[in-house]
Amino acid sequence: MTIPLAHYLIFSGILFSIGLAGVLIRKNILVVFMCLEMMLSAANISLVAFSRAQGTDGIPVYDAQVLSLFIVAIAAAEVSIGLALIVAMFRATRSVDSTSLNTLKD
Amino acid sequence: MIQNLPWLFLVLPLLVAALDWVFFSKCPKTAATLSILSAAATFGLCIAYLAGLQTGLSDVYVWMPTNTDALDLHLGLVMDPLAMRMMLVVTGIGLLVHIFSIGYMKGDGSNLSRYFAGLSIFMFSMSTIVLADNLAMTFIGWEMVGFSSYLLIGHWFHKASAAEAAKKAFITNRVGDFGFLLGILLTLGVFGTLTFSEMGNVSGAVAPTLLTVMVICLFCGAIGKSAQFPLHVWLPDAMEGPTPVSALIHAATMVAAGVYMMVRLQVSMGTEIFTETACLVITTVGAITAVMAAIIATQQDDIKRVLAYSTLSQLGYMVMAVGLLAGEAAMFHLYTHAWFKALLFLGAGAIIVCCHHEQDIWKMGGLVRRMPLTVLCFLMGTFALIAVPGFSGFFSKEAILDAAIVDHPVFFWIGAGVAAITTFYMTRLCLVAFLGKARAHGAEHAHEAGATMVLPLLALAAMAIISGYGFVADYLVPAEGFTAPGFHFGCTFYVSLGALVLGLVAAIVVYGWGKRERDPLAGNFIATALRNRLYIDAFYDKVLIGGLQNCGARIIEFIDSALIRGLLVQGTAWLVGRVGILLSWLQCGSLRAYACITGLGLLLIIVIIAL
Repeated sequence: MTIPLAHYLIFSGILFSIGLAGVLIRKNILVVFMCLEMMLSAANISLVAFSRAQGTDGIPVYDAQVLSLFIVAIAAAEVSIGLALIVAMFRATRSVDSTSLNTLKD
Repeated sequence: MIQNLPWLFLVLPLLVAALDWVFFSKCPKTAATLSILSAAATFGLCIAYLAGLQTGLSDVYVWMPTNTDALDLHLGLVMDPLAMRMMLVVTGIGLLVHIFSIGYMKGDGSNLSRYFAGLSIFMFSMSTIVLADNLAMTFIGWEMVGFSSYLLIGHWFHKASAAEAAKKAFITNRVGDFGFLLGILLTLGVFGTLTFSEMGNVSGAVAPTLLTVMVICLFCGAIGKSAQFPLHVWLPDAMEGPTPVSALIHAATMVAAGVYMMVRLQVSMGTEIFTETACLVITTVGAITAVMAAIIATQQDDIKRVLAYSTLSQLGYMVMAVGLLAGEAAMFHLYTHAWFKALLFLGAGAIIVCCHHEQDIWKMGGLVRRMPLTVLCFLMGTFALIAVPGFSGFFSKEAILDAAIVDHPVFFWIGAGVAAITTFYMTRLCLVAFLGKARAHGAEHAHEAGATMVLPLLALAAMAIISGYGFVADYLVPAEGFTAPGFHFGCTFYVSLGALVLGLVAAIVVYGWGKRERDPLAGNFIATALRNRLYIDAFYDKVLIGGLQNCGARIIEFIDSALIRGLLVQGTAWLVGRVGILLSWLQCGSLRAYACITGLGLLLIIVIIAL
């Protein structure tokens, strides 16, 4: 049984929306960070889904899969930097609340 | 080569002035020697020319070439009798003043190299005016004498009054010079040339009004330089300079440059260019100056100021003669006046030095016993000035009165009246300063001046006596083919004799024979007005200078505070500030809001690309 493309895209859309909502709504910067990862994953899913859907005779279009590999690599790099920043921020402010990052404004 | 010999008149003093200042500013003796040598050399050269040295006309150099011949600015010299004889007056008196300066400036703390450099640069500038063969060159000299006069009036610049006086002289002259410059441009328009020798042929169709305006504009230069009403205010103040400077520049030569220039124009343009209106203006200005200055002089206490006002008054005479188209009489009076007024000033200088720099005549007295030779010389000058028959001033003053008597009896009587007042104030000066007993410490210890001061006085005294007679005047008066009038017993003779006697008697009655301690005429409101120079200077200070300055200051204040500070500086700052406040709500400091904005912006970009 093959799952139609639409299902993948809807799933990817839901995942992206949850991620976006989390980025916009949550205060905890760690959660915001995880939501960002979720949005990247949603993009990956749709890329892979397209790769398979565009393929012929069971052979997918590898371009999209290569792109998704790049995204994974970038996400890994981003995580390493982002986590380091969050740790540094926690050390400085003893908090991971994003609303507390407003010292420049005042 | 010999053709260019006359250029020495200009090159020598200029070179010496440069040497004095650049190389010998620390050794005044060398500077003084150089200056005196240069004055003596130019004087000798002048005598050689008058004695018949012929070199022909000197080369004419094009200074600023333009494409049209007529507008080229030339540097050329005229060597006619008018110029050469004027040069004799300038260099002769210049030489005597240089010599006198040694004695006068002895022991003076100021930089004497600067002083002698100033004298030399004055000799250069004055020679430029006298020898110039075109109006542009005259104008250059005109400005240069203004500059040297500024330098020398302000020689003791650490004295505030001297610095002020120098500034006043320069600025007042600039007012007249502006008119002169306009006149020069009009001359160029009317004649198509500025060269004196080419001015004779005017095209017939020039409106008389234009000629009148041109002549009056040119006369403006003379008003400034010869200190005529209403620009006379600088000359009495110029007495702040050293006395030899007053003698050379502010009595004998520079102030006469205006008269010389007008006569030069009359000779080269022809008297018919001087329209009736223009002549009337010139004569009236001269008459006003003569009368006003003479009246003011009667209430001056400073010996130099009395002489300064008398110079003004005599210049008024000369200008009157110019206006009456009697150029010869004007030059005759200029020439005699140069000798006897230089004598009076140098005499006053000697008296001032010997009275320990006391200038107030009421603090002198009894000088005739202490310095008889100087006083005698001074008296010779006085007799010439008040026109005692037989002295030089008598002949020249009579020549001017003669020029007026037929056509302009009004000016004749004004002239006669001024002569009476002149006698009055000069007699007053002599009675007060020379007779009686010393009224101050300085005068008690007065003594005869040294040789460097007395010898020039003797030379000038000789000239004051003999320079009016034919055997001297015929050869030396700066006018083409001049013959001295000599004695002739007509109406003029008796009137001027009457004026002389009137002035003498009045002065002796009022001031007694040296017994007065104070001026019996002082105290009433007329005397106060005269002592305040008829409030003309005060009027200029308050109304013209103060008014103009305040008015200008207000305008500049408005531009500065309202436009520049208010609109440009503060306005820009205000605008930028407002825009900043308006945009600052974007920087809310909330991470979510930034994310939101970023997301929306991304959406916007996608929408734009998709569309």
